[in-house]
This record gives sequence, structure tokens and C-alpha cells, in this order.
Amino acid sequence: MEYVALQLFNGLVNGAFYALLSLGLAVIFGVLRVVNFAHGALYMLGAFAAYLLLQDFGVGFWVALIVAPIGIGIAGMVLERLLIRRLYGLDPLYNFLLTFGLTLMIQDGVRLRYGLQGQPYPAPAELAGSVSAGLVAYPTYRLFVIAFSIVVCVAVWYVIERTRLGMIVRAATERPELTRALGINVDRWVTPVFGFGVALAALGGVLAAPMRNVSPLMGSELIIFAFAVVVIGGMGSIAGAVVAGFLVGVLASLAAIFNPALENVIAFALMAVVLLVRPAGLFGSLEARS
Amino acid sequence: MKRTIAGSLVGLLLAAACGGGPGGGPPAKLTDGKLVIAVINDQSGVYADLSGKNAVEAVNMAVEDFKAKYGENALGGKVEVLTADHQNKADVAQQKAQEFYERSNADVILDVPTSSAALAIADVAKAQQKLYLNVSAATTVLTGKSCNKYTFHYAYDTYMLAQGTGITVTQQGGKSWYIIYPNYAFGQDMESSFRQAVIAAGGTVIQSDGSPFPNTTGDFSSLLLKAGSLKPQVLGAMQAGGDLVNVVKQYNEFKLKDQNIKLAVGLLFDTDITALGQDALAGTVYTTPWLWNMDDQSKAFADKFLKRTGIRPTFAHAGNYSAAWQYMDAVRRAGSDDADAVVKQLEGYKFSDFFIRNGFVRPEDHWVQHDALIAQVKPKSEAKETFDYSKVVSTIAAEKASRPLSEAGCSMPK
Repeated sequence: MEYVALQLFNGLVNGAFYALLSLGLAVIFGVLRVVNFAHGALYMLGAFAAYLLLQDFGVGFWVALIVAPIGIGIAGMVLERLLIRRLYGLDPLYNFLLTFGLTLMIQDGVRLRYGLQGQPYPAPAELAGSVSAGLVAYPTYRLFVIAFSIVVCVAVWYVIERTRLGMIVRAATERPELTRALGINVDRWVTPVFGFGVALAALGGVLAAPMRNVSPLMGSELIIFAFAVVVIGGMGSIAGAVVAGFLVGVLASLAAIFNPALENVIAFALMAVVLLVRPAGLFGSLEARS
Repeated sequence: MKRTIAGSLVGLLLAAACGGGPGGGPPAKLTDGKLVIAVINDQSGVYADLSGKNAVEAVNMAVEDFKAKYGENALGGKVEVLTADHQNKADVAQQKAQEFYERSNADVILDVPTSSAALAIADVAKAQQKLYLNVSAATTVLTGKSCNKYTFHYAYDTYMLAQGTGITVTQQGGKSWYIIYPNYAFGQDMESSFRQAVIAAGGTVIQSDGSPFPNTTGDFSSLLLKAGSLKPQVLGAMQAGGDLVNVVKQYNEFKLKDQNIKLAVGLLFDTDITALGQDALAGTVYTTPWLWNMDDQSKAFADKFLKRTGIRPTFAHAGNYSAAWQYMDAVRRAGSDDADAVVKQLEGYKFSDFFIRNGFVRPEDHWVQHDALIAQVKPKSEAKETFDYSKVVSTIAAEKASRPLSEAGCSMPK
């Protein structure tokens, strides 16, 4: 029983990463209608930024948690301005190719400099301890990851659902033409929204650095899961991304109790079921997909 | 007749002038006027750092040093080094090997990490009747069921690792084991080798679980929690490369050490230690065929390698150098690059170099037996330089580190 309970926590930790990543994807897709395949690479950059800040500047985890997402978010805005912007009018396939190409370039660029094997990154001293949980000592850092990501997700939800800024973004998502007609400059918000989504990915990367091998390929596999999560939650749905993220994390961890191999399969099995039963996703409306 | 005598005299003089060693006789006869060595390995994936491009560099170094010792023309022609990336895929490896043997007239293929890819190439070598000296793949199947006349297994295998780490840790008091392994050819082979070794040393394996390979989530927490509930004395982690790094990171996170669950690592490369940070592994006991800092002749090689590549060599790098050298030396002794003649030279050959100690090429299964080392990771405070990771604890004699022929199950076709 204890084992199942702890495994539940592990599921929440994994879910936290899915939620942060797919939240960023959902925000970007919602406003820009761009499926950002470079999201995993940007997540990886977040982890590497944390590593570099510590290695070369002696800047610790807490500062990195703020600085790295902002820096990479700005880099994301530059990307949007320089490249992604040019393809809005075209078939979504072009954006897919562009962001996928960017992924390969970013990954190989990092690989050229740091190799594939990965870099060490310690948990911050304040969280390096553990909480006694009967069976094992549960790492404090993992509890922090769960709490922190929930706070971030709720904050994002609040901004989008309860503020004027969020209202504009939502309106721009659902009826861009009509929103424009009401005198709101939709285009002004496109770049910051993309930067914000990217910053969320980088934030996930910083959070992952003390737990996962910091290597150029760390995002390339995770991103596939994040896409499954977005589809389960409903393309472009904020709440859907978060709920589906945690749901997939927990279900996968519980499934792993029975068979470790299930952990990798469950997200896709769930995606298949959701697509059959509710093609728009758990929280999506068919309208938002058009 | 006179001419031949004069010729060999000139040859002898030349060899002497070049500082040629004993037996620096007439140059070998090469079938196509050149000797072609092909290195196939992972140059972009998880095993790229531990062998990869730098393994090719090691082979290049071996060729240069060989020429410096025996003279430019010791092998009777040019020596070419070719290379290809097999992306850890058996089908790509097989295709590259076929191409090298058939179209590029490769005389030998070297390295080949990833057991499934190595097994594929062993089959090609057998069909093409050309040599393959495996260095980086660990599966014992190469010298067991899949053994053949043209395939040799250099450096290490899962039996050696299990004999070293499995038995040492069990004898030190780690009697009950929980083994986790990556669920593919290498991991399954490691699991069974370790299971046998642990039981032979008087221990028990409580349970073993396969982890998905590749593990897309990088998450091993469910297996580590299970370890916490099973309470074994030893957690045996058979994962390699990036997977191993994740296991160790999370083992430290869950503080299993404080619950007296010791970590035993099946296969550890210096590159893994770099990724984890030396202190995360300090105290870990593991088995390795070679360490760069084990003695002066190894250090001399490591210094040269560092100058060339900027890093200290892993045992795979050193193994490739040594294998390339021993192959060229066999060609020199055979006086020909004819595969059957070279095989004849290698079989039963006894030798030692900076990498191989008390080496003997077993004719029955083509396992190159040699001493293995039990090593221990030092804490960073004891390191004299960045790559000064480990020290030698003890040496396992060559015969003990080699799987007995009776267990190999190899019937070598003549």
C-alpha cells in the first residue's frame, strides 16, 4: 500500500513535467496555431542553461529557476520574429518542418560542444534532504517539483481565465478575425505568447536538471509524450493540458507497478481511447480545433 | 636466388634503420596492395562518447605508431582506416559491414558497440570470410552460440563483468540482490551472467526486473521504490550509458544507500562518471578491463591520447588501439592479409601490451582472455586531475575472468 502511495507521488512528479511542457504547447498552439516541435529542445536548453549558470558563473538553482526561463523565453521570441512568423499563412506542415529542423540544429549544436553523455547537476542544498515516508526516504526535491509546478499551472490558468490579458488571448485564440474587428491588436500578442510558452518549457528543463541526466537528447523523447498529453487534454485547452499531464503521469506510474514496460505505453493507449470516445480531447471543443 | 637474399638483406637493413623490432622481416603481401581497417560504431547516439569518433582516432594512432616501429612499408602497402556510424541499429551495421567488406575491400572490422549490431556483423564476417575484432560489445553470444572462425572478442564481456563485480560484492557481504536491467540483448545477457555469479558466490537474487529500452521517460523511480520495499543488500544496475546515469542519479535522490542498499554497477565507463560527477559515484566498485591511470605504460598512451582528443581514453578507446595493433602485427607475422592466414596467426597467440595483460587468444571460441581489474571510484578530493576517477582495487587473473570453454557452447567451424 505504501508502495502504491509513493508511486502515486512519482506519477505526480512525472505528470508535473508533462503538464508544464504541454501547457506551453497548448498556449502556443492556441494563439499561433503552431505545433511547436522545438519544445523538447527548448526544455533541454533550460536544463543546460541551469548547468552553465552553475558551472561558469557559480549561479545556483534558485536564480537559474528565474533567469533561465526568461533568457530562453527571449530567445524564443527572437525565433518567432525571425523564422516562425514567416510561415503563418502556409500549410501547418511547413511550421512542423521548420520547428523540427530547429530541434535537430539545437540538439546537435549542444552535442557538438558537450557530447551526448550528459552533465552533472546537483539539487539545491535546501531541498537535497528527504522526508521519511516509511518505505523509503522521499526526496524533498520531488515534493518541491510537484508543489511548484501546480503553483505555476494555477497561476497560468488564472492569468488566462481571469484577467483582461487572458481574455484577449482567449478571444484571439477562438475568433482572431472578430477580435481584430473589435479593435484589439492581436498580432502584438503573438510574439510574447510564443516567448511565454517557450519559457514554460525552459522552466521544466531547469526543474528536471537535478533529477535527470542533463544531455542533448533529454527533450527529444519527452516531447512525444507532451504531444500525446496535449491531444488527450484537447488541442489548445489550458486546463486540459494540465489535467491530462498529471493524469498521464499518475496512470503511467501506477501501471509500472504491474509491468515496468507499461510506463512508456500508457500515454499512447490513453490517447487512442480518448480519440475514439472524445475526438476533441477531454477538455477541447471541436470549434477550437478548426 | 641471389636477388632474394639481397632483397631480404636490404629488408633487414631497412628494418634495423627504422628501429624495427625482432622479426621485422620482409613486408607482407597484401592482396590489393593495401590494408583496410574499418571501424563501425555509434557516432551520434548514447555510445558515441565512450567509443565513437575518438575510437577511430585511437585506431589512427595505432597505425601511425605501428609504422613508426616497423617502418612505413612493414605491411607491404598503405594502411587505410575507414569509418561508419551504425546508429546502434543492427540493420544499419549489417549493411555497412557488407559494404566495407565487399566494396571497400576492408580486411578487418573493429569496435562495434551495441550487442545486437555486433551480432549482425559477426554473421556478415562469417559469410564474407573476413575478420571482425569486436571491442565494445559485451555479449557473450559472440563467443558462444554465434561464434565463428573470423570473429574475435576483445576487451570485455558480460561474463567478465559479472565475475568481477558480482562475485566481489557478494563476497564482501552483499548477499541478497535485486537486479534491474535494460530489456534487450545486452541487459538480458548481463542479468543472467550476474545471476549465475551471485549464486555461485553464495548469494541470492531476490528478484530482477527489466526496464524499457530505450527508456523514453528517463524515469526509474518505480524500480527504485520497489528496491526500497524489497530491501535487498545490493541493487544491481545493469543499465549502460545515459540510462545508468539516470538510475544512479535517482538512487542517490531516494537515498537508498542510507537504507543499506548498496549500489553495484554492471558496466561503468569514465564517460558515465563525467556525467554524474565523481562524488555521486565515490566508493562504487566495478569491473573494467583497463584504467588509463593503472600504470606508466597506460599513462603514456593516455597522455598521447589526451593531446590528440582533449580527453582521457575510456577502455573502449584503448581497446581499439590495441586490437588494431594486434591485427596489424598478425598480418606482419603472417606476411599476408589473407584472412585465413591471419586467423591462424591469432589463434593461440600469447601476448601482452599496454591494454592486454597475460593475453591469450583462445582458439576454441576466439575469446581474447586477459587480466581484468576490480576498480573503485575515488572521491573528488583524492583526484589529481579532472579525469582521475578510479583506482585499482585488485586484479582478476585472466583464466578466472574468462568464461570456461565448457560453458561457452561454441562449436567453432574449421
